[in-house]
Amino acid sequence: MTEIHRETLRPRAPWSRVLTHGQVLTIVDLDGNQAVDFLAYDAHDTSQAYSAQATLQAQDTIFLTTGSVLRDNEYDPLLTVVADEVGRHDTLGGACSKESNTLRYGHHTHSQHACVENFMHELSRYGMGKRDHVPNVNWFMNVPVDPDGALGIVDGISAPGLSLSLRAEKDVLVVVSNCPQINNPCNGFDPSRVELVVTHG
Amino acid sequence: MSTDQPQPTATTAGARAHARAQEQAARDGGFPNRPTVPAAAADLPGEAVWAERVAPGGYAHRVLAAGTAIQLTDLDGDACASLLLYHADMPWERLNVADTVKVQWQVYTTAGQLLLSDQARVLATVIGDTSGRHDTLYGTSAQARNEQRYGDGSPEGSSPAGRELFVLGASKHGLGRRDVPPSISFFQGVRIDAGGRPEWLGSAGPGATVTLRTELPVIVLVANAAHPLDPRTAYTSSPLRITAWRDRVTAPADNLWHATPEGRRAFENTADHRTGRTAR
Repeated sequence: MTEIHRETLRPRAPWSRVLTHGQVLTIVDLDGNQAVDFLAYDAHDTSQAYSAQATLQAQDTIFLTTGSVLRDNEYDPLLTVVADEVGRHDTLGGACSKESNTLRYGHHTHSQHACVENFMHELSRYGMGKRDHVPNVNWFMNVPVDPDGALGIVDGISAPGLSLSLRAEKDVLVVVSNCPQINNPCNGFDPSRVELVVTHG
Repeated sequence: MSTDQPQPTATTAGARAHARAQEQAARDGGFPNRPTVPAAAADLPGEAVWAERVAPGGYAHRVLAAGTAIQLTDLDGDACASLLLYHADMPWERLNVADTVKVQWQVYTTAGQLLLSDQARVLATVIGDTSGRHDTLYGTSAQARNEQRYGDGSPEGSSPAGRELFVLGASKHGLGRRDVPPSISFFQGVRIDAGGRPEWLGSAGPGATVTLRTELPVIVLVANAAHPLDPRTAYTSSPLRITAWRDRVTAPADNLWHATPEGRRAFENTADHRTGRTAR
């Protein structure tokens, strides 16, 4: 196993990288209960974006864990979860945005930084924009669905040092927002660091 | 082809007469899925603006003004009306299913739910529902999945994928494959169990309706393709009726405006946008 890249991503910040086929990205929840919003695209045709709905169609649960395959909107595998120390991760909640924050918490939150802002900033580096933004994965975030259909972001089940690893099934552009949300428990109300490690072999 | 007798379409005059005779033949029966143009339907509560039957495996698309009611009817019980909405003035603003379920704390769509855009505005409201079996989580099928399940997912084949149908509809409005996000599906229900696993409920039976009301000018795309979790081995789809009539946008005096704090703020954002776009 060869380490290609390692960095600590500060709270609230974006990150992106093209993983070549076979590379493994490990995301470490350094301080615990930090939601990591995550998007992925076929690096050679970015109209093929991660699809929560195609991903769910191909597995028997709404949660992601070891063995789960992230698929794009054409049903092609993008990444496989090859290790997971948490147990399950969210596919439904999407990202926070300045706009959705006004609905969830009130118009007073409109000035707060949000994940969609991180995604837009990072996508702009690749000539991509608003059309390319779709609902994402939320690593380390806990979103149960009750029998009556109620869902919500509740206290996390992750802990300091827990990690998950994703293997690229082809060349994949991955985009991360180290979630800045402070109005719900997805980050324990205190956004914190994550570590990103890329390996191969 | 025999040349003993001249064919009726062997000349331009004959071809024209043959072509022109087809409309009356269709009116006499055999093409129940043809649209009514201009829109007309006897059973609408307001001025008709859209009347169409979407064939099994077919799609429909329309631009509708704010304040239009749209009724979808599952005529025979096997329709699956997958829906996408775009803000017609600026189609990069579109239905966001994640925001729709998250903001309203509810994944099971029924009357009273708002269909939210990524800009925290209401594209449409669900104002009527006799089905109760809908799905916000699984979206529509992709060509590759239908090839695996039915042997074909192409739009010209016998088991068209909903995504391919959406792409065709989107293209008629200048939109491409990257403009087709996750969708919502009406008339084929899914429930999630305590372990997070889906149970496919199927339809509520023939005749169920869902009625939406547009709150902004919208591009509507509808794909009537078999639900991706439909366990039946045969691609199963039946006609969908769409009618629409002039209505009005939701107003502060309506109960729905104040039903939840999240919804109230979404209506406020929507009114704020309409005000900015309206010249005096």
